[in-house]
Amino acid sequence: MTDLLYTDVEESLRSSVRSTLQRSLDEGLAARLYDEPDTDTSPIWQALAGQIGLAGLLVPESLGGVGAGPREAAVVLEELGRTVAPVPFLTSSVIATTALLTAGDEEHLPALAAGERTAALVLPWTARRGTWACVQGSVEPVAGALGADLLVVPTTGEGGVTSLRAYESGEVEVEAITSLDMTRPLARVTVRGEGVEIASGPTAEAAVDAALAAGAALLPSEQLGLAQWCLETTVEYAKTRVQFARPIGSFQAIKHRLADLYLLLVNTQAAARHAAGTLADDDPDQHVAQAVAQAFCGDAAVRAAEEALQLHGGIGMTWEHPVHTHLKRAKSDQLALGTPERHRADLAGLVDLPAS
Amino acid sequence: MPDLQQRVDELLESHDPETTPRAIFLGAQYDAGLAWVHFPEGLGGLGLSRGRQSEVDDRLEAVGAPRPDVARNAIGLGMAAPTMVAFGTPEMQQRYLRPLFACTEIWCQLFSEPGAGSDLAAVATRAVPDGDEWVVDGQKVWTSGAHNADFAILVARTDTSVPKHAGLTYFVLEMNVPGIEIRPLRQITGEAEFNEVFLSGVRIHDRNRVGAVGEGWKVATTTLNNERVAIGAGNEREAGQIGVVTQRWRRDPCVRTPGNHAELMQWWVETEVTRLAGERLRQGLEVGQPGPESSAMKLAFAQQAQQVSGFALELAPEEGLTYHDWSMVRPETGSLLGHGPGFRYLRAKGNSIEGGTSEIMRNIIAERVLGLPPEHRPDKGIAFKDVPR
Repeated sequence: MTDLLYTDVEESLRSSVRSTLQRSLDEGLAARLYDEPDTDTSPIWQALAGQIGLAGLLVPESLGGVGAGPREAAVVLEELGRTVAPVPFLTSSVIATTALLTAGDEEHLPALAAGERTAALVLPWTARRGTWACVQGSVEPVAGALGADLLVVPTTGEGGVTSLRAYESGEVEVEAITSLDMTRPLARVTVRGEGVEIASGPTAEAAVDAALAAGAALLPSEQLGLAQWCLETTVEYAKTRVQFARPIGSFQAIKHRLADLYLLLVNTQAAARHAAGTLADDDPDQHVAQAVAQAFCGDAAVRAAEEALQLHGGIGMTWEHPVHTHLKRAKSDQLALGTPERHRADLAGLVDLPAS
Repeated sequence: MPDLQQRVDELLESHDPETTPRAIFLGAQYDAGLAWVHFPEGLGGLGLSRGRQSEVDDRLEAVGAPRPDVARNAIGLGMAAPTMVAFGTPEMQQRYLRPLFACTEIWCQLFSEPGAGSDLAAVATRAVPDGDEWVVDGQKVWTSGAHNADFAILVARTDTSVPKHAGLTYFVLEMNVPGIEIRPLRQITGEAEFNEVFLSGVRIHDRNRVGAVGEGWKVATTTLNNERVAIGAGNEREAGQIGVVTQRWRRDPCVRTPGNHAELMQWWVETEVTRLAGERLRQGLEVGQPGPESSAMKLAFAQQAQQVSGFALELAPEEGLTYHDWSMVRPETGSLLGHGPGFRYLRAKGNSIEGGTSEIMRNIIAERVLGLPPEHRPDKGIAFKDVPR
């Protein structure tokens, strides 16, 4: 059984990420991105990439990275999820980087690892391992493409063979889409030029599958962090908000809902750690763990955000309170990289529980 | 640090698991410190961390060695033993722990009363001192296995002039002494797994008092914390109610409909995730990080057992309309998974009541884990005799 706890190294990475985010992220930024989508968020990413080396976390030291693994990346995502930070860690440093690593790329990774450039895998943000289709012309909605320097695109090459190709940002058209979650805005990507082949055939397919599997294994950690923020914020509010001459947290109806939410988070944490740990261990159970985590954690984060909103009452509906930015991220995350329903269907195949 | 595997090897060499009678094997396991490795040396343990027990148990399980009858002696193994280690006198520890582990002596728990279920500190059964002895009068209820038990752990009121938590004392009671009447309590399943126990003029020697007079609540809390850890313990994938359902699904294509499949996969994911959370709790205990998750685990277990056992009836509706047998029996062991789907459905209703109701678990999580303000408690600070009842 994989280790489901956190190591001291991971906890120290967590506190570095948390304090860097506290310094570089002002509380109103997430909401501002809905009014001013062109706000420059690159200083936040530069702080995280430059000071802590997050951009190259999964890249081996020989290619200029940190040589850490999925467990550490999961802890980073927990912290990014707490703050719904508008940074390309998941799309560039996890998903696109995994595609390049699996494809055996050595050309692009050093610049990505150094945080000088970012990359995006060009597939719909709903894609999942084993079920995606090669890109023909235009594709949407793609996450992480806006502002990315490098676009990694699975296309159909000669003879119908899958070809994974690299495009510079100038070679593709990237149009912003007004997104439910503007902290991870989506885009329509239209590919016209030839690009440069990184891998073809089974290697290219394996690279895309590995990238989507890494996303599915680690997105649950972002959902965990987001949900934990929702619970903690709501508990603090329930202790101080007074109605009927009592803190609302002393009403049993409220206490029991928060206790149920706590139970949900205990489970979410176990599922997220298991998915990250089995990926790190290259455990044969990893695809079951990914499907379980994707099926559970997406719904859990949405419920945590919805409960947070309800239990904050009217204040939770306002633009000024950050709960709405978390709800928008939670709902988008639930649909990203395969919905819970689709992952349950995948799981049925993996654990021999056929639909008919 | 003693080498655990070497100790297990020595036990297996000196006591062939195939030919050694269970009680003798278990007695030897106790003597080797392999009963509960986290207990002190000389009391069935080696003073190691709790989590390392699985290294012993997995090995013994694998070679088919005799194991303690957990179903029959759950109270003894899970609750009386840790309480005895924490609060018992050396004489009690020497007298009770070994036969308890060997399951030659079975234990029950005389805690709940008709007026003290979730409000356990409200017990009214009285223990009055008389020389070296205490005289106990009262009524207990919901006592599983009392009809098979040799000993009981008992909480009784020894002082009514102080607030409820302060006036309790904890005892060990021999179940064959005069004045104990055990009546079967027939339940929803038709069985009488539980009992009412009437205590009239029952005499307990003071040497069977556990902990100080008036400190029974503190002792009982230790017992109850161990109960919740025991209930939330880690399992294999597809254990419990979900395993019954998945076996049926694989065996019988007739039960497969799109709606059933969607529901099955929901429950599969939920039970798997709770299993992982139990595993995470176990890993934390192993490295000495006891988490507050155990109350949450009990809550999750109860919810899932109830929902999945209900789903099992819907899965095969014709069969779900039947029941295996309504005759009143007093089972030797408590079983959550025995008999047919109807029994499992009905028995699972108890999961959210026994060992602390789900509502009390939620209060515990809200107040002790999340730090929310306490419930309004009108009996706080009032002498027990003055509390309206």
